[in-house]
Amino acid sequence: MNKTNLMALGLLSLSATSTSTAVFAGGNDDPLLTKVMLDQFEKGVDPQDPTQFSAQAWLGYDLNKLWLKTEGEYSNSDKQDFEIQALYSKPIAPYWDVQFGIKTDIKPTPNRNWAVIGVQGLAPYFFDIDAALFIGDQGRTAMRLSAEYELLITQKLILTPEVEVNLFGKDDAELGIGSGLSDISAGLRLRYEIVREFAPYIGVDWRQKLGNTADYARIEGEDTQETQFVIGFRAWF
Amino acid sequence: MKSQYMIKPMIQKPNSELNNSRRRFVFGASAMLALMSIPFPKNAFANALSQSLSQLSGKVFDLSIDYKMVNFTGKSARATVVNQLLPAPLLRWKEGETVTLRVKNNLDHDSSIHWHGIILPTEMDGVPGFSFDGIKPGETFEYQFTVQQSGTYWYHSHSGYQEQTGLFGAIVIDPATPDPVIYDRDYVIMLSDWSDEAPENIYAKLKKQADYYNYRERTVMDFFSDVNKNGLANTWNARSMWNNARMSDTDISDVTGSTYTYLMNGNPPQQGWQGLFEQGEKVRLRFINSSAMTIFDVRIPGLKMSVVASDGQNIQPVSVDEFRIGVAETYDVVIEPEVDNAYCIFAQSIDRTGFTVGNLTSDASLHAPIPPMDPRPVLGHSDMGMDMNGMDMNGMDMNGMDMNGMDMNGMDHSKMDMGAGEMSGMDHSKMAMGGSDMSGMDHSKMAMGADDMSGMDHSKMPMGGGDMSGMDHSKMAMGAGDMSGMDHSKMDMGAGDMSGMDHSKMAMDAAKATVSGLGLAGFGSNNEIKHIDTEFGPQVDMRADAPKSGLHDPGIGLRDHQQQFNRKVLTYGDIKGLHPTYDTRQPSREIQLHLTGNMNRYMWSVNGVKFMDAAPLEFEYGERLRITLVNDTMMTHPMHLHGMWSELETGDPDFIPRKHTVLVQPGSKISYLVTADAKGQWAYHCHLLFHMPGMFRKVVVK
Ligand SMILES: [Cu+2]
Repeated sequence: MNKTNLMALGLLSLSATSTSTAVFAGGNDDPLLTKVMLDQFEKGVDPQDPTQFSAQAWLGYDLNKLWLKTEGEYSNSDKQDFEIQALYSKPIAPYWDVQFGIKTDIKPTPNRNWAVIGVQGLAPYFFDIDAALFIGDQGRTAMRLSAEYELLITQKLILTPEVEVNLFGKDDAELGIGSGLSDISAGLRLRYEIVREFAPYIGVDWRQKLGNTADYARIEGEDTQETQFVIGFRAWF
Repeated sequence: MKSQYMIKPMIQKPNSELNNSRRRFVFGASAMLALMSIPFPKNAFANALSQSLSQLSGKVFDLSIDYKMVNFTGKSARATVVNQLLPAPLLRWKEGETVTLRVKNNLDHDSSIHWHGIILPTEMDGVPGFSFDGIKPGETFEYQFTVQQSGTYWYHSHSGYQEQTGLFGAIVIDPATPDPVIYDRDYVIMLSDWSDEAPENIYAKLKKQADYYNYRERTVMDFFSDVNKNGLANTWNARSMWNNARMSDTDISDVTGSTYTYLMNGNPPQQGWQGLFEQGEKVRLRFINSSAMTIFDVRIPGLKMSVVASDGQNIQPVSVDEFRIGVAETYDVVIEPEVDNAYCIFAQSIDRTGFTVGNLTSDASLHAPIPPMDPRPVLGHSDMGMDMNGMDMNGMDMNGMDMNGMDMNGMDHSKMDMGAGEMSGMDHSKMAMGGSDMSGMDHSKMAMGADDMSGMDHSKMPMGGGDMSGMDHSKMAMGAGDMSGMDHSKMDMGAGDMSGMDHSKMAMDAAKATVSGLGLAGFGSNNEIKHIDTEFGPQVDMRADAPKSGLHDPGIGLRDHQQQFNRKVLTYGDIKGLHPTYDTRQPSREIQLHLTGNMNRYMWSVNGVKFMDAAPLEFEYGERLRITLVNDTMMTHPMHLHGMWSELETGDPDFIPRKHTVLVQPGSKISYLVTADAKGQWAYHCHLLFHMPGMFRKVVVK
């Protein structure tokens, strides 16, 4: 898949819908909007724990959006993570968008590039789902599935359980990734929405490396499982 | 028609040098009373200055549109005003006269004024883009037309979101002939919603998070309290439909009291509006809902209201305790308050997130207590237009039948022979059927073989029962020559167990029940509900498969008010024109339009197609047609047709009421007739300001 073409196609579709018509009443029903969401920005309670973030942003119209996703982990050790996805997002059903584009893993090194095809949306029972397939060079493939749920304790106090699993098509010894189910993580965050756009939270994160990936970790003398308590905030605008 | 007039000093009745607390308007059939000066002490109401509307009358009006800083919330914000007033001045016209309105735009954006509900030539209608370019900054546009009607109307900007920021005012047109409504004094009551947030920002927030303003979502606490009340299984089942549909049953209003302050004649609730009356007076209140997004439920505790006009048009008076007023609708009511008493005019928002109040009293020192808001409404399955499980009712519309348990065991209707030649006008409204056990009911010989059954009204036929299995309607033959107009729509059946009810052989010959495929004028549509291809896609999240008639439904949040509070709530089914039907022709065709949307993406459309992508609707000049609106959403949409009347089919062909804005209930359908007697291009849209851009059609009459 040619990534440059993919992106060009996405941008083309975006611009195709931007032609505005005369304003009759309430204005243009479909203005060009942007939304920036810092879903997680948190620090582990233990001073050794890394700082982590996960953010998304979109730019576009009701039915055509350029969608950016990024997440990362920063700590004093050499264990760092940083990835960015640039996607074109198009609705295929009332609650589902199909997204395709590119993903680049800047950290850890050596960096890896992937083509992405995924779906994002709201499943019955209000589960937020993000599922993506990544196709890299040298026949690398990977898959990531994540699900999140919002449980309202009150209108402003919200408990968010989430799970994520990662799968890889083949070993990537340089990065300590093994084929098959590589890791599963689960989180639970309790946030308080001071306003809709800003909510501090506390939470707990649990991560387990599995299969070959766990073996690589053991060889490196790393833990295969980690649990950390976090404090952070969520914001969007 | 564009001209460059200078703004002239306006002809203003109330003295502008009077301070606000003294400014009021009092007018009425009795000129003597109107002239009597009632002292209006300072700090009369809630220690604040109650502002009343300023009135302009005559034939020539100079209106100038400006920005102005206002403060309704404790914070100052920019409003769009006419002649420095919010609401804009009340315009008083006389039927038959030609009025000239010179509107100067001092904004730095295009503006316009649309005369809502006024029958006039298309180029005077004030919708930018349709035979009118709007009023450019600094320009003056001269509107001129002959007033052909009387009653209560209003005007507002049709550009951008200016209406929401204050550009709206009342119009009262005195009739050329004696007013059939008897009253001594009248007041306009303008209801509106104000936000300090810029409307563009509200709209953007809704697009980014559709439930941004809903602070009444279901919580874990609600779930546990429901489990306590109803048990886990019932609670789970009740929730599962909403969870499956990914919809919220508390999604009543898109924009709520969390950002809106509700105003009455420009007064926030802490201040209230105040009106005075004298002994023995009949007071006419002209309610206008000039909100951007808020539907109100109105009542005056302690007083019956006689509803005498709807959307400016006189109707046969209906006595009610409460009524719902959709955005852009108007209702005139006459009340007879007692002297030495104070009454609260209470208008609560449909979602119960806020209210606005007025104090009506003979003594300015008296203040009526403000009642608490009613319980917040929760949407039901019928609001999604869902059919009821396991019931086979072949074409009969019985959605929403209400069955509170009583004893109906052994009822025998077998000899209830209705084989009359003429059954029109039959009223079953008091045929109460209640039973915790209704098994064994036999309607098998309930033959209804009439030639003419139009006008049968089963609307208030409540059937209450926990168990209705075994009801046999199988031989309830209804082989009428003409059954159009039979209305079972409000035969409410909310029973626990109705499986086993068999209506399958309840023959109703549809072919015979219609006249050339269309229902008779006055009775609404008989046509099948069809969801066309464009209704399928990411832009539409729901389609009502079995929409009920919205005619006899008081609406979400009001349905139990009769039983619970003993309040009679106005329904559209209660409304009949005072004047006999103007155009007695049968409709020659029907247009079925589906109101559609995706709440989550905050997209609105008609038939799944938003205005930008839609071809105009074409009406043939002079034709009489029916429009059937099907609401495939869970919101209540006030649909407004410009230039022509929407003649609501409320069940009496001889007195079809004329409206300009029609509320379409969630998951429901409603029909009205239109005589296409006005050539040109007209707007047709939902009057909720943030639905309007998408839920909009151009209508071309040629
Ligand atoms: Cu609407």
